[in-house]
Amino acid sequence: MFSYIFSGDFPRSKLLTLLLVVIVVGLVLTPWLFPGSRSMETAMRIAIFIVLVASYDLLLGYTGIVSFAHTMFFGIGAYGVAITLNEMGRGYDAIFIGTALGFVGSVLLAFLIGLFSLRVKAIFFAMVTLAVASAFTLLVSQLYQFTGGEDGLTYSIPRELSPAFKLMKDKVFGVSINGKLVLYYCILFASFGLFLFMLRVVNSPFGRVLQAIRENEFRAEAIGYRTVIYRTATNCLAAGMAALAGSLMAIWLKYTGPDTTLSLNIMVDILLMVVIGGMGTLYGAVIGSTLFIMAQNYLQELMKVASDQFSAMGLPLLPDLIHPDRWLLWFGILFILSVYFFPTGIVGRLRKAKT
Amino acid sequence: MTGQEHPVLRTDGLTVRFGGHVAVNNVTAEFHRGTLTAIVGPNGAGKTTFFNLISGQLKATEGRAFLNEEDITSMPVSERTHKGLARAFQLTNLFSNLTVRENVRLAVQSRAGIGLNIFMMADRHRELNEKADHFLARVGLYDQAEVIASTLPHGGQRKLEVALMLALEHDVLMFDEPTAGMSVDEVPVILDLIHEIKADKNKTVLMVEHKMDVIHSLADRIIVLHNGFLVADGEPKEVMSSPIVQEAYLGTGVADHV
Ligand SMILES: Nc1ncnc2c1ncn2[C@@H]1O[C@H](COP(=O)(O)OP(=O)(O)OP(=O)(O)O)[C@@H](O)[C@H]1O
Ligand SMILES: [Mg+2]
Repeated sequence: MFSYIFSGDFPRSKLLTLLLVVIVVGLVLTPWLFPGSRSMETAMRIAIFIVLVASYDLLLGYTGIVSFAHTMFFGIGAYGVAITLNEMGRGYDAIFIGTALGFVGSVLLAFLIGLFSLRVKAIFFAMVTLAVASAFTLLVSQLYQFTGGEDGLTYSIPRELSPAFKLMKDKVFGVSINGKLVLYYCILFASFGLFLFMLRVVNSPFGRVLQAIRENEFRAEAIGYRTVIYRTATNCLAAGMAALAGSLMAIWLKYTGPDTTLSLNIMVDILLMVVIGGMGTLYGAVIGSTLFIMAQNYLQELMKVASDQFSAMGLPLLPDLIHPDRWLLWFGILFILSVYFFPTGIVGRLRKAKT
Repeated sequence: MTGQEHPVLRTDGLTVRFGGHVAVNNVTAEFHRGTLTAIVGPNGAGKTTFFNLISGQLKATEGRAFLNEEDITSMPVSERTHKGLARAFQLTNLFSNLTVRENVRLAVQSRAGIGLNIFMMADRHRELNEKADHFLARVGLYDQAEVIASTLPHGGQRKLEVALMLALEHDVLMFDEPTAGMSVDEVPVILDLIHEIKADKNKTVLMVEHKMDVIHSLADRIIVLHNGFLVADGEPKEVMSSPIVQEAYLGTGVADHV
């Protein structure tokens, strides 16, 4: 049963299993354990990024394709939902149609990009994706009648999914059971579902071929696998998953703009999350996203507390060094150290330790 | 058709040039069902290159290749494989970081045509596993199924190379020096295997080989390549005694094998 759900691909390390359990339980219980909208925002971001990062790992880690267009597909999914909700009003039909359009659009676009450029050298492919993604960002800002341009779109989602919709009069252990909570769990379980689906994909015959291509493309071709087809298929699959993640994001945030979906910063974040977690293992996406987003959201505060403490103690230099304004510097240092000490990512490291 | 069956594999003026160097020069040959053809010639004669042209790793500059009378000259490698060509490489060419079983399973899976299935659990596929184990047993690697391919000794890797080809279950098999670099006690495993394959009259076997004793015990026919040219083609006895072969081939130090 477990083996079926996890496609026989277990964490293979006690510590890693423990971490994953903590993350999953944490996400499921966030509304109760850490009440407040900020922690719910963070938890949703983690859940959705797990899907986004895992889908990118299908490309980078499992197939060795470097693409810079992943946020574009994320954006297509998000804008699909945003535009339909904006144009059609707050209905489930709008959500459904927007998600479907975003998904199909992403897959088609990925197919076209793949068709024209997956045969060429990896570096050219990376360039093409960068160019297409930049063009797309430009297009979105030009078509402001539909997309809201740089300002993005703000829209409403069905009432049953908003905080104003109360399912119960009383709070349950201090948490009010409202539409927003329902939405939280819908998105959380959708994310888990998509993740488990990808876990199945990488352990399917198709996943094995990807592994073979990464290992020895020449031989994979020689035993009958048309590698360009497999590359293109992965590209489409990853794009579709990214689009679905984008749709989830758009539904949750009730806002979609270039900064939340298309920005190159997010692309860099995704790359970092994959590398920190560990390439070529989907569990790495879970660990990478969680750590990265937690650090992004809470490192600054942690530093502020520490800095204030130290300055209260009258220590020289130290308070300045860990002033919250320098959080990015520290974040960068942490990143470099983690890559230096765990070149195979956290998951790779934990698996090697074999507890 | 009775009597004169069409050749399973045929090349017609196959030629490839690397700059000014013609590695395979206007080679025309036919390969029939139920025969084993040895391809001999000194180092650098163009034997491996000839194989590369047939299986598609290299594109021919001129000439054509036909599989079951279908022109395969411009087909990609994977398509030729699907049409029925299986090949083992001279330089071992494996999925080194995967287990021995996983290597063979990839070939079995390719033959089963389920590579694009994304819903099935690959490890749980009984039929795939059983088939993979069957071919591992045939080359004597069953006990090492869980070993990482790159950690096998050289002889083991050569066997795995052959298992990968067999697992495709195709009718045209191309061996490129299957026993090269193997220890004396390992060679018989592979030779017995080739004898077994030869007994199956549906197979067409091409084998590049240097060892004369091996050729004598297995070959129905010998093709001699020299500087890219096909210089002799016929029954082993007649080929080995022809003057051109005496000069081209036996003058190169391989004579001590005879
Ligand atoms: N891709 C290539 N580019 C340039 N030259 C090549 C290439 N492949 C083979 N050659 C040349 O073609 C000639 C034939 O090489 P080939 O490997 O076919 O010889 P062979 O008969 O298999 O020899 P051996 O018995 O050593 O395996 C050699 O001179 C080789 O250097
Ligand atoms: Mg050779």
